[in-house]
Amino acid sequence: MHEMSLCESVLKCLQESAKAQNFKQVKTVWLEIGALSGVEIEAMRFSFEVVVKDSLADGAKLEIIELPGQAWCMKCSETVTIEQRFDACPNCGSYQLQVTGGDEMKIKELEVE
Amino acid sequence: MCTVCGCSEGETRIEGHQHAHQHPNEQTHDYGAGPAHAHAPGLSQARMVQIEQDILGKNNEYAATNRRWFSERGILALNLVSSPGSGKTTLLTRTIQDLKSDLGLSVIEGDQQTTNDAERIRKTGVKALQVNTGKGCHLDGHMVGHALETLAPEDNSVLFIENVGNLVCPAAFDLGEAHKVVILSVTEGEDKPLKYPDMFHAADLMILNKIDLLPYLAFDTDECINYARRVNPGIKVLQVSATTGEGISSWYQWIKATHQLAQIGG
Repeated sequence: MHEMSLCESVLKCLQESAKAQNFKQVKTVWLEIGALSGVEIEAMRFSFEVVVKDSLADGAKLEIIELPGQAWCMKCSETVTIEQRFDACPNCGSYQLQVTGGDEMKIKELEVE
Repeated sequence: MCTVCGCSEGETRIEGHQHAHQHPNEQTHDYGAGPAHAHAPGLSQARMVQIEQDILGKNNEYAATNRRWFSERGILALNLVSSPGSGKTTLLTRTIQDLKSDLGLSVIEGDQQTTNDAERIRKTGVKALQVNTGKGCHLDGHMVGHALETLAPEDNSVLFIENVGNLVCPAAFDLGEAHKVVILSVTEGEDKPLKYPDMFHAADLMILNKIDLLPYLAFDTDECINYARRVNPGIKVLQVSATTGEGISSWYQWIKATHQLAQIGG
């Protein structure tokens, strides 16, 4: 359940942004979560609700933008989409893949007031 | 989370660390609770804020500070990760017994509860500090930073950080270590690298432990190594038994070579 710590980090960022950007309440949070980031989306939703309770984001809506896992296949010389780190290339079956995207964990945007 | 020093775990306890982790207002950091919370009638203040921040940004800052601290002192920090029961503490106590005359050594022990492991380590005569994470399932950069203040590992030494037994969460948290070393015992099944790919991807070295038990098990070593390389083509693999000492000299060679690299800023 490291999603709980991740949500605590999100809350910390929200609190710092609230000071810097002068807002009092967060209505919506957009997170970008990559398929290879090791984050369980449902656990994230559950933890978020618990962690932000009685904070400036109490009751805030959590919008998650899921990004696909991407890798460079050395044999095909092209970017392919994968769902897990151990997936084979969907085109040629090779395991010579270099992950190039999909491990993001980012706070993208907020709706605040 | 505490906004005074960034403590992320209310239940974290670091032995001998006097910094009060019970901040009285921990649960009430509410910037919307003051008088300014009252909205002007008829006015919507909603607006969009682009922030583009890494969720782990704060942890990574702490980790970077730790890494700089290690590098300035020529300290090699190794983050040992595994599931519970892989033989991590046994491997560590044996390693310490065998290397303590050659190298300065110290240990940060992470567990949810108890100081049992730190006490096992201290019996070997080296400095060890227990960090209890409470309900937390991993160490983070901030806990390690505080632990360093108390433990004060000597210059040019090797610091082992024994993470909480968990093959999932510690993968995501950089502690500022030079390498993650994943310990997998042959009693756990050869497909662990596929079941927990993030950890095997994050590690630079896999120690396959308890190989003295192989005659009694249907464990396919080659297949296990293939699975590990599938998620991390660059991972190095050593096969050892911390109980009998078989293969363990290769682990010591690896530590010494890596320690040498740390001395030249590698």
